[in-house]
Amino acid sequence: MSREQKNIFQNTDWVITGLFLLLLLIGWLNIYAAVYNEEHRSIFDISQKYGKQLMWISGSLIIAITILIIDANFFTAFPYPIYIASTLTLIAVIFFGTEISGSKSWFRFGDFGIQPAEFGKFTVALALAKYMSGMNTRIADFQTRVIAFVLILLPAVLIILQKETGTALVYTAFIFVMFREGFSGNIMLGGFFSILLLISALLVNKVVLVILLAVIAVVISFVIWMNSRNRKKAKRYIIGVFALLVVASSSVFGVDYVFSKMKPHQKVRINVFLGKDVDKDLKKKAGYNVNQSLIAIGSGGFSGKGFLQGTQTKYEFVPEQSTDFIFCTVGEEWGFIGSAIVLLLFLALILRIIFVAERQRSSFSRIYGYGVASILFFHITVNVGMTIGLAPVIGIPLPFFSYGGSSLWAFTILLFIFIKLDSNRLLILR
Amino acid sequence: MHSKYSDRQYVIIAIFTFIILIFLARLSYIQLIDDQYKLTARNQAFRYMTDYPARGNVFDRKGKRLVYNQAAYDLMVTPKQVQGIDTNDLCKILGIDKETFLRRMLKARQSPNSPLKQSVFEKELSVENSAILNEKLYKFPGFFLQPRSLRKYPNPIASHLLGYVGEVPPEMTDTSKYYKNGDYIGISGLEKAYETSLRGIKGVHIEVVDVHNRPQGSYMNGRYDTLSVAGKDITCTLDAALQEYGEKLMQNKIGSIVAIDPSTGEILAFVSSPSYDPNLLIGSTLPKNFSILLQDSLKPLFNRALMASYPPGSTFKLVMSLVGQNEKVLFPETSYYCAGGFNYGGEKQLKCDAQHGYLTLQPAITHSCNTYFCHVFSSVMSNRKKYKTMEAVFSSWRNYITSFGIGVRLNSDIPNELRGSLPTIPYYNKVFGEHRWKPNTIISLAIGQGEVGITPLQNANVVCIIANRGYYYIPHTVKAIDRNENDPSLQRFKEKHYTLVTDTSYYNIVVEGMSEVVKSGTAAASQIPGIEMCGKTGTAQNPHGKDHSMFVCFAPRNNPKIAVAVAVENGGWGAEWAAPIGSLMVEKYLTDTITRPLIEKKMLEADFVHHKIISKEKTEHSE
Repeated sequence: MSREQKNIFQNTDWVITGLFLLLLLIGWLNIYAAVYNEEHRSIFDISQKYGKQLMWISGSLIIAITILIIDANFFTAFPYPIYIASTLTLIAVIFFGTEISGSKSWFRFGDFGIQPAEFGKFTVALALAKYMSGMNTRIADFQTRVIAFVLILLPAVLIILQKETGTALVYTAFIFVMFREGFSGNIMLGGFFSILLLISALLVNKVVLVILLAVIAVVISFVIWMNSRNRKKAKRYIIGVFALLVVASSSVFGVDYVFSKMKPHQKVRINVFLGKDVDKDLKKKAGYNVNQSLIAIGSGGFSGKGFLQGTQTKYEFVPEQSTDFIFCTVGEEWGFIGSAIVLLLFLALILRIIFVAERQRSSFSRIYGYGVASILFFHITVNVGMTIGLAPVIGIPLPFFSYGGSSLWAFTILLFIFIKLDSNRLLILR
Repeated sequence: MHSKYSDRQYVIIAIFTFIILIFLARLSYIQLIDDQYKLTARNQAFRYMTDYPARGNVFDRKGKRLVYNQAAYDLMVTPKQVQGIDTNDLCKILGIDKETFLRRMLKARQSPNSPLKQSVFEKELSVENSAILNEKLYKFPGFFLQPRSLRKYPNPIASHLLGYVGEVPPEMTDTSKYYKNGDYIGISGLEKAYETSLRGIKGVHIEVVDVHNRPQGSYMNGRYDTLSVAGKDITCTLDAALQEYGEKLMQNKIGSIVAIDPSTGEILAFVSSPSYDPNLLIGSTLPKNFSILLQDSLKPLFNRALMASYPPGSTFKLVMSLVGQNEKVLFPETSYYCAGGFNYGGEKQLKCDAQHGYLTLQPAITHSCNTYFCHVFSSVMSNRKKYKTMEAVFSSWRNYITSFGIGVRLNSDIPNELRGSLPTIPYYNKVFGEHRWKPNTIISLAIGQGEVGITPLQNANVVCIIANRGYYYIPHTVKAIDRNENDPSLQRFKEKHYTLVTDTSYYNIVVEGMSEVVKSGTAAASQIPGIEMCGKTGTAQNPHGKDHSMFVCFAPRNNPKIAVAVAVENGGWGAEWAAPIGSLMVEKYLTDTITRPLIEKKMLEADFVHHKIISKEKTEHSE
């Protein structure tokens, strides 16, 4: 079935690989800038985060090459065993993991730690690709949808049990994959409007909101009635509209209940994000990160303060500056130019992945490709959105930039399995 | 195989691209348009350390130091950095108890201070305390000594003229670009008038701090730092020895002495009594001492030489003789009869001190005859050949008077100069009604009484005019800035200001009259051996008590070098106190020796303040 490859880099997509290496390099330099100090000037100093990150980067390159060496059939043949192994690890970490600041998602081995949740993402992408590309799988079937959602949600729930809500949210990104494969777009639209509705419910007077919704429902019904020739069909639509109104209204009032069940720090984060008045001290804590992040990025101006010249990030005004808030260093030291270039590089990477996914003859590879693109996109949106105050504070890393081995390796595996699948696209049929 | 939903890739691409575009828009807003983040970043990460320049010194005309700076240290604290220190040790050095220590630490933490920011823990440590602390400072992390400089007056004289320096008032820091909270600024006197020359230019050193306010070195290797420029030294016109002597003569008296060099307009002595030790109004002791001085019933803070207004009396007669001559209604040989007073408006009479009989101009000046000058005034005011109306003649007369610097500000370089008072046409119209006032209505002006008031500075300036025979230089206190006598700000003091009476022969008769005053007139007892002094005694009526003793003089008669105006409040006759004091000032300045020790002793010992305690002793000294 398969011919031997002449060398491991044959048919490798150099655009994706090139963007990957470029982002890796920029990310590393920014970690250097973020934690740089006079006493440890060498970027190779292993006692500092930048030195350690270089080790993680080396590891990730070894992983990348290893993946390119492995037979592509391995990934198409064993998604389920990999998925099951990953799920078991996710369960194990709940019981045997090390607790770090409230969450139990790490296995620690001396100085180093592994976070299984990070690796869960590519296993789900693989399993989903395997399942949805199956001979007898049709997305229109109710059963198919249920199984697909279970595949996605199982690890997400386990990760929530580890109290890593942010990481669990990443799994919602698979909605794009489902959509591409024929899942109704209304679900996405509905999801968008639900979020809008929930935010509005927290922000404005609920009674006013319900009256507004009712007015909209009446107007829509009227338009339907006037424009339809088939009165019977129109009646059905109108009943549907009012049913939706009832659901929407009750959820508006239900928001408070759900909100009251949330953890205090989550409540505060949501309130801060919505710009609502929060108890001063709490606001200081929760709003502090975002505010400092905005100051750092905003003070960068057009061309930035220059490499190693950032004051806000370097002098610890911005917390987590090497991990979740690494984008601040880009914004402060490289300014608008640098931030725009980084964002456009990410966009280029994602669009290239989509382009490459679309050229696959095998639907397995295509679905997996979309999984990769969606996960990367979700991470970038939420992470950068958080640093510039457009998304609530959700602690997930910026791919290839944020300091840390687990996430870097997980993203490398995620991306390089796709590159491997693509390099074999002429050999894999399904 | 072409997927059935292949077109959906464009929807996904559109969503992804759209969100990245929103991010770019947001970035361009916070990075390119909104400035607040740049400002906040600067405030957070930069500490602007002011490099205070040394304030300029002040010297007298002979180069004697009047004001200089002494180093002082403020003990500053950054509460957050204070950890594990030996509180008892620090309290012992500072001489405070533990409660005080805790109270101050609390104050340093609370708004407007902050645990992260430095604030003053103790102001102006004593020299020995700062020396001890400096050695042990390493033991007290979070504390450091901030150098400050305080004014020091080696000789406690001329406090009113020199003025004082204090913290910038809050309302000024809001509007000023230069001054920041806690800066010092000249508040009065010369310190205020020459503030911009004396203060120098502040420098700034930008230091980067981290989130814990720990210094991280200078910003961009000091590329944006500026060096401070030291303030300029100022050479004052005062003669320190004469000033000190004048203050001694005026001790235990209320009043003033102004001495001016008529040939330059330079103020040689500027005494306002009672005075205070300028070293009291320094640094942290200033507010307390200021309020004590302010409450003193003798008003030691009040600058009498500049701001007290007296009836000009005899000085006015001198001006009247000049105006009369210039108007051609008075000649040296003009003679009037004095029968002990000037009768006007039927029953009324303006009394004279004596019955002088027939008098011509020069003896009238010498004897200060009221009757004579009422006639002069009357003839000036009734000159209907030249003037059609009373308003016209009064207006002309008034212009003469103001050209002598009376009733107008002289624009000297001493701040808060008083204008004095000189009635106007609208004023008389208001009091008596239009066309309802005649020369006789305002006859008291003839002898410098009534609605007219003159400051000692103006008084001395009139004497300068007579000494110069027709002109004056604006009286001023600064001779050179940064050793440069041609500083642009001093140019205006080099200009002659002529009065409306320019004929020197008119002045000569007045000078002759004044000379006779000292030779044979009221001031005969104040003659100085070997010096021809011209003077005029005066007694200013005081409705509140004993009359004020006044004297003006200049010497020598030709090429005068000094003009003096003396006022001793409640001293009575001008000849008794003001004239001897004036003559001693002249003698001291011209010969630097006193040949009349008895008179000097009497003057030094005279006490018009009686039981009142001298303010100097009442106030707490800063030492």
